[in-house]
Amino acid sequence: MKVAVWKGAAQGSFQEFDVPRQPSQTVLDVVTYIQRRLDSSLAYRYACRVGMCGSCAMTVNGVPRWTCRTHVDKVLHNEALRIEPLKNLPIIRDLVTDMSAFFDKWARAKGQFAGSRTKRDAFAPIASSSPERADIDAGIECIGCAVCYSACDVVAWNPDYLGPAALNRAWTLVKDTRDQRTVERLRAVAGDAGVHSCHTHMSCTERCPKRISPTAGIAGLKRAILKSALKGEL
Amino acid sequence: MRKESSYWVAIVHRLSGIALAIYLPVHFWALSRALEGEAALESFLAWTDDALVKAGEWGIVIALAAHLAGGLRVLALEFLPWTGWQKTLAAGAAALTVAVGLAFALAL
Repeated sequence: MKVAVWKGAAQGSFQEFDVPRQPSQTVLDVVTYIQRRLDSSLAYRYACRVGMCGSCAMTVNGVPRWTCRTHVDKVLHNEALRIEPLKNLPIIRDLVTDMSAFFDKWARAKGQFAGSRTKRDAFAPIASSSPERADIDAGIECIGCAVCYSACDVVAWNPDYLGPAALNRAWTLVKDTRDQRTVERLRAVAGDAGVHSCHTHMSCTERCPKRISPTAGIAGLKRAILKSALKGEL
Repeated sequence: MRKESSYWVAIVHRLSGIALAIYLPVHFWALSRALEGEAALESFLAWTDDALVKAGEWGIVIALAAHLAGGLRVLALEFLPWTGWQKTLAAGAAALTVAVGLAFALAL
């Protein structure tokens, strides 16, 4: 198959490679083959190879994907692949993006847990059947791969926008009954760069490899903000 | 980059909103013709019998239906329990728009 791979940083070009097809071949296998056999200068990022670490996401034939769990069979178009770095993030080199802005936004959305108990207190009992726990379960498996962030039109239009992953993280903490910073967090995600900028295009939900729906979390945050504002907390 | 059905629904929602925002002041101006007497209003209403104006009117009704359906979709997404039926909502919004458009075309 013909594989066009982005080489360079913001300025650069596609370089074509011929890569043999293999059964059950993943896109990450293709990139690794190129780096090991055809062009040792190719820069790309991966670690676990099994869909846990979230480091190997790239744009494959125009769609952001986790490359280690994306089979070539599923995405090959006219016997060709076009592999680019993720969108909406600055390119360091070739397929490697600078993800600092992506993770800084988790911090801006108050993505850290802040409990009140110490190690001397007993465990906080949270029933697995509680609705809050169910909401958290639906969003907690995020691996931080930035596929949603790369797919998001609003991030492309407003680089300040917190993005689906950071907002999903904020939502799982808002639903955490142990957390003490709900109002502060709602304030952080309610601004112009927060939930109210979401246009519900739902590209994040469509593309998330972990089948999380950040749009559902964003809708939940909007409801929580409304309730909090009505109570005069915000 | 490939776009989702929800993207197109959101774009139609936005564009129909802009169309309605432009149309509404013109609509109120047209109604205000009545304040200047029957003749002024009648001469304006005669103009609206033109086929092109009728087509435009049909377009506005479509835009209104699309905007209403798009708004109902957003309200459902944000206030109803989340069950992953957003594509159904997008299809429902499109269906409502087409139904209103057809009904109005028949009534013209």
